[in-house]
Amino acid sequence: MTDVDTTPPDDGAGREVPRILTSRWDLADGFTLDRYRESGGYDALRKAVTTMAPAEVSEQVKAASLLGRGGAGFPAGVKWGFCPPGVYPRYVVVNGDESEPGTYKDRIIMERDPHLLIEGVLIACYAIGASQAFLYVRGEMALAQERLAEALNDAYEAGLIGHRILGTDFSVDIVLHWGAGAYIVGEETALIESLEGNRGMPRLKPPYFPAAKGLYMQPTVVNNVETLSNLPWIVANGGAGFADLGAESSKGTRLFAVSGHVRNPGVFEVEFGVTTFRDIIYGEQYADGIVNGNRLKAFIPGGASAPWFFDEHLDLPLEAGAVGAAGSMLGSGAIVVMDETTDAVKAAWRIVRFFARESCGKCTPCREGTSWLEKILRRILDGHGRPSDVDKLLDICDNISPAITWPPRQTTICPLGPSAVSPIASAVLRFRDEFFRYCGGGEITVLVNGKAYLSTPPTVGAL
Amino acid sequence: MTDTSETSAPPTVSITVDGRTIEAAKGELVIAAAERNGIYIPRFCYHSRMKPVGMCRMCIVEIDTGRGPALQPSCMIECADGMTVATDSPVTTKAQEGVLEFLLVNHPLDCPVCDKGGECPLQDQTMSYGPGESRFVEEKRHFEKPIPISDLVLLDRERCILCDRCTRFAKEVAGDPLIHFMDRGNETQVNTFPDHPFASYFSGNTVQICPVGALTAVPYRFKARPWDLDEVESTCTSCSVGCRIVVQSSRNQVLRYVGVDSDAVNWGWMCDKGRFDFEAVNSDDRLREPLVRDQGLTLKPAAWNDALRRAAAAIRDGLERTGPAGFAVVGGARLTNEDQYAWSKLTKGLIGSDNIDAQVGDGLPAEAVLGLPRATIDDACRPGGAVLVIGPDVKEELPVLFLRLRHAVLDDGVKLVELASTRTSLTGELAAVSLRYRPGHALAVVRALLAGKVPDDDVGGVSPEAIRAAAEVLGDGPLTVIVGRANLAESGRSIAAAAAAVHHTRADVRFLSALRRANVHGALELGMAPGLLPGRVTLDGGRDWFAERWPTLPGGKGLDTSGILRAAADGKIDTLVLLGADPLADFPDRDLAERGMAGARTVIALDQFLTESVKQADVVLPVAGFAEVDGTTTNIEGRVSVLGRKVTAPGTAQSDWTVAAELADRLDLDLGLESTRQIAAEIEQVAPAFAGLSLEVLTGPAGRDGVVVTLPTRRTADGDRNGDGAGREARAVDQAAATGEAAVAAESSEGASPELTPTKLLSPTTGVPLPVWTIIEPPSPDAYSLRLVVTRKLYDRGTLVRSSPSLADLAETAILRLHPHDFDRLGVAPGDDVRITSSRGSITVPTVPDDGVPRGTAHVYANKAGGRANMLIDGNAPITDVRVERP
Amino acid sequence: MSRFTAENTAVADEIIARYPVKRSALIPLLHLAQEQEGHVTEEAMAHIAELVGITPAEVLGTASFYEMFKLEPVGDYVVNVCTNISCMLLGGEELLHHLERRLGIRAGSTTPDGKFTLDDVECIAACTEAPCLQVNYRYFHKVTHDRVDDLLDDLRAGKLAHEVPRHGTLSRVRQQLPDTRAGVARPDRNVEPAWMRSDETATEGS
Ligand SMILES: Cc1cc2nc3c(=O)[nH]c(=O)nc-3n(C[C@H](O)[C@H](O)[C@H](O)COP(=O)(O)O)c2cc1C
Ligand code: SF4
Ligand code: FES
Repeated sequence: MTDVDTTPPDDGAGREVPRILTSRWDLADGFTLDRYRESGGYDALRKAVTTMAPAEVSEQVKAASLLGRGGAGFPAGVKWGFCPPGVYPRYVVVNGDESEPGTYKDRIIMERDPHLLIEGVLIACYAIGASQAFLYVRGEMALAQERLAEALNDAYEAGLIGHRILGTDFSVDIVLHWGAGAYIVGEETALIESLEGNRGMPRLKPPYFPAAKGLYMQPTVVNNVETLSNLPWIVANGGAGFADLGAESSKGTRLFAVSGHVRNPGVFEVEFGVTTFRDIIYGEQYADGIVNGNRLKAFIPGGASAPWFFDEHLDLPLEAGAVGAAGSMLGSGAIVVMDETTDAVKAAWRIVRFFARESCGKCTPCREGTSWLEKILRRILDGHGRPSDVDKLLDICDNISPAITWPPRQTTICPLGPSAVSPIASAVLRFRDEFFRYCGGGEITVLVNGKAYLSTPPTVGAL
Repeated sequence: MTDTSETSAPPTVSITVDGRTIEAAKGELVIAAAERNGIYIPRFCYHSRMKPVGMCRMCIVEIDTGRGPALQPSCMIECADGMTVATDSPVTTKAQEGVLEFLLVNHPLDCPVCDKGGECPLQDQTMSYGPGESRFVEEKRHFEKPIPISDLVLLDRERCILCDRCTRFAKEVAGDPLIHFMDRGNETQVNTFPDHPFASYFSGNTVQICPVGALTAVPYRFKARPWDLDEVESTCTSCSVGCRIVVQSSRNQVLRYVGVDSDAVNWGWMCDKGRFDFEAVNSDDRLREPLVRDQGLTLKPAAWNDALRRAAAAIRDGLERTGPAGFAVVGGARLTNEDQYAWSKLTKGLIGSDNIDAQVGDGLPAEAVLGLPRATIDDACRPGGAVLVIGPDVKEELPVLFLRLRHAVLDDGVKLVELASTRTSLTGELAAVSLRYRPGHALAVVRALLAGKVPDDDVGGVSPEAIRAAAEVLGDGPLTVIVGRANLAESGRSIAAAAAAVHHTRADVRFLSALRRANVHGALELGMAPGLLPGRVTLDGGRDWFAERWPTLPGGKGLDTSGILRAAADGKIDTLVLLGADPLADFPDRDLAERGMAGARTVIALDQFLTESVKQADVVLPVAGFAEVDGTTTNIEGRVSVLGRKVTAPGTAQSDWTVAAELADRLDLDLGLESTRQIAAEIEQVAPAFAGLSLEVLTGPAGRDGVVVTLPTRRTADGDRNGDGAGREARAVDQAAATGEAAVAAESSEGASPELTPTKLLSPTTGVPLPVWTIIEPPSPDAYSLRLVVTRKLYDRGTLVRSSPSLADLAETAILRLHPHDFDRLGVAPGDDVRITSSRGSITVPTVPDDGVPRGTAHVYANKAGGRANMLIDGNAPITDVRVERP
Repeated sequence: MSRFTAENTAVADEIIARYPVKRSALIPLLHLAQEQEGHVTEEAMAHIAELVGITPAEVLGTASFYEMFKLEPVGDYVVNVCTNISCMLLGGEELLHHLERRLGIRAGSTTPDGKFTLDDVECIAACTEAPCLQVNYRYFHKVTHDRVDDLLDDLRAGKLAHEVPRHGTLSRVRQQLPDTRAGVARPDRNVEPAWMRSDETATEGS
């Protein structure tokens, strides 16, 4: 097995940034309980349960403005507060289903620093009053499961999990649960369905907001692995300390996986909002520029669901607000770089194929629409496209995600279906010549209004 | 379901739909509120009787709750005050067209060869909301064309639009999740587990609610196109639940029944037996002409005139010989109310015999059915209530009542306790407590249950803990008792006594009598039982009233079926008329039935089929049946609803009342009845409980769900007498408890409740008093014996099932179920053929272990091929014990 | 007989006991079945249905939703090549085609000797290590054509038995819930946990 290339973070301007998440990644035995404790592990848990009331812990997390790292970017402290008062039992469900194309960070945490996650989970359970937690780990991640199972066994033995943790009246079980291969299960309500032994099909929100009606219809906090792994640091250093890092709408540090046509692909912990896309793609200490000195064609800023960015977006900071305003999202922290050699039609097809394959099948527009889109793109790639197909693609997109705006509207229950629209809208509008080269001429007549989709040179000016 | 009890009117909200302000109940779904107000939002997955899933997305409309309009599925969103809904905005329309186009992407569009063509929501909505033509040029999804998912239902997965209706029905409504979504995404399909068919009693409902032609019913497939069908509303008469249905026919053939959503009764559902036994109507085995036994002792076809003359002569001879006491009628529970009245009047009011019984010994004493305050299905299912079942396996005998109860327990918090000697369909999922009593001890168990203190020891095989738990579940709130024959080998009187004990102890209790034959309740209401006259009056109570209306009246109380058969066996019955009855198959004591049939001098049978008993008749008169006659029928609740006629009877078959009239004529008596309409009018005039219940009311809007015949429901209806009666009851119970003597005294004489009948109740004393049933607790079986339990299955050798080819094969053959631990003791092995012997006879059947059967119990199903349980039952004894051994 | 062995039935019971509602154990039990037989058999699903108290159709409904459950036999080694975007950009498809040629089968099928099943899969969360693949869910990063040839040889020769357990064995370490566990939190028991009852910290001592 190869090693992951990781780089200690700094803010690009040389200021030292704490390694909140990656501090043990370089250690060969960072995943063991001994090493974890040696390096300060479980001190935060002790601090929380012996010196802080549950509500105080929640306060600190709120003060930290810790945004969810699973994709939706919702503030964790606020979400915890949605649990209806007086309703128990409550559950914590850890979303370790990491499957968004381009995303690679939760797996490393689970493999290399499982106790960090476990400590985070315990802190969350303590704060919200959960008496059982489920660690839902993507099925394909065998090593992560082994490391977590070992870590849980050790932590139980050390009295860190289970009955009367650290001798207090705080008691909680953490059950390791394996997934079995289905991207949609990453969506939190589908995750809950799956954890109930069902097909992983999302529930409609409202009424099924997990915090109110989640696992077994009880209040349930679903958080991403990376989100929870920040909690030990926040408890140890205070929410304000966390909020000191980062920018206006995004606090702390964050893991970004930069993959694709870059010289030094890797997972980097960077301070939110300070670093720009240019820094992380071109910076020497990060991805170190495009392979072979090629030119950038496009990059995906936040996982396959996100609309693509181009040259003109390089100087945007890695900050949720700014990226959102420009018409895309930081999503799951996955930056995929495509250089000038990339076939835009093919790239769009490959991402659409992903969504078509991973649709749970519940909503008609997603089930039928995504596979229809995939078939059309495949046909275009095979040389049987017609100019009218380009219009058709966009109109089908419009029926899945009306008006193709950002943030997307949807005729579906969850955003998976509309996610398939992003690569198509991005590629068709920016690189429609390539589509026409495949199909042979014509004009696009469909109206499209997304910011990212529109921030392209004059090709769509006619609209 | 929302609570609709009168006391707490649900709060309303006001929303705007397409510019119109409408009132909606809080929590009501937008799609439902709009529909109630005449605005139809297209849908596929939404079904008002199931929980919404929001899958198909067809119902998406723009909904604005203050944060701007957003597309939302109207089937999932509850109305909230101030909400604005646009069902016809450009955005909504574009989205709906898009969804429809998506649905058609993989749909084969084989409408010309599809059963659903012409009545297909997908086809219809494509016309109304669709985009016109498909832009889909790619290859469609392919599946093997229709695959059988059960013996009755085929599934064409290419046509399926994955609306989750059938699968939701299977799990949520029927509780048989044997079909399920399989695979994922665009590959998703509905299917069964390999070799585990969708063997549900309710499978046909999935065909009915499938919004495309994916699910088709084997018995209907390719039979007709919807536009060729004629239809009429009617009431299913396959059991006494009385599901409202539509009968569809083409070219004088019944082709299909479709459930109608009657809020009070069936919610649109039917059971498969009811749905598919229309095949029996069309059966080639139907009797088409009269048969008369000739000198050579074989039944030969005869002209009506000859057959009637022969029958009349036999009756006349008999009357001359032995008077009215020699004339007896058994059966009639399958007749319409009008037919029943005609036969009641002929027998009691013209001939003067009281020997008439619509039940064939497998029911309850008529006084219990009519004397206990009656509940409606809604009463039993009222949220928060409790139900005590002392009766049959509801799923096997009254299937749609089972569905209603299941919903009540799972969704509305109704608590249920069952008293049954073996496992039933209620056990486990629905019954909070199952009391496995030893047959013969129902009364003792009920007493213990109501005693207010936990007994020290087992009672009738039930532990003190179970009794405590059951008493706790029943609480002291509203209670409905479902009472009937759980076990044909246990006397009906002991069950009646148990029910009466509840009646005397609990103030707020009502009863549903779980008698399964279609119109048995009507028959009893119309006097087809000894000691009763039409309109829920006793012979004595109604004597004066009827003396002015009928030519004659019986001198005193006559015989029930058991008594008739015994008298016949003793040579005391000259004429025995069978009205659609098959005592040899249905009477629990086969030995007595045989002797009775043989002993009657002349047997006249009116029937649709040549059943085992009919074969022994001397005169056989073919009669018209369901869908061939009109009239009314009465269900388990006493609800009277109309029957529709759609086809003509086969051959020269006549309606039962016509035969009564013809016979009367030939006996020089005047029945005075000329048409169903006129009979209905006479019932309304003559039968006190039916006063006010005219055909006009029944066929009018108020009668859509049928009308419940006024019921003696309140113990306080007649304060004076009742107070007195209650006092006596209490004393009797106390006394019984004190002496340990198992007797219940009862007197109940409530008047009919006032709703329908205030002015008509001038003269007869209505209300049937509960008699005292003296119950002797049987001793425990001896060391070598097992106590016999005989229960019914939905599919048996009954005529309807046997004459419906699609159903006939679903009836398994006879089998003996024993507790796994009893095998060693008896020296038999699972799978062995064993001989079961009682004092009456013996049968040889295979045996299987079943831990739902208590130790010391032998469980067999009634009326199965390969071993007739009624050959074992001793009709005189309260219980039957049997030996089981290797043959 | 491909119901659970006695030993695995005990494991199954223990797994079921971890969850407040039995049915939640369904996916772990399907993994256990796959671990026992290499794929999920009909008998196993029927057995799981009994253990969890649902119908076999419901078990199959869940099992067939998830990619990892193989309802037909597969090779000893299931080779999953990622061809999603990050890997595609760096030769994932070519790697897949190379393997197709090497193994003489199309993606989605199994070699006649039953050794290898080759699959074209979605992102496996190793995007920065593209192109990558998994063998029985063990990762191989930055895989070149030469390296993959060696890998096949090593697997055939049984040299990687330690790194790559047989198909179905996901985690060689099982979580153990000791006696000091807190116990399941039943959804029908609305009890406020002890440590939430005051505004103070969790109470120490016993
Ligand atoms: C289609 C889809 C897939 C998702 N996949 C993941 C995932 O793999 N991991 C994850 O943590 N969140 C995923 N999410 C986001 C979750 O729904 C949810 O927002 C998140 O787990 C909440 O945790 P957080 O607030 O800590 O981010 C996904 C969402 C959607 C719509
Ligand atoms: S949008 Fe797609 S993935 Fe999401 S719930 Fe609907 S069908 Fe399933
Ligand atoms: S009817 Fe509302 S989504 Fe199907």
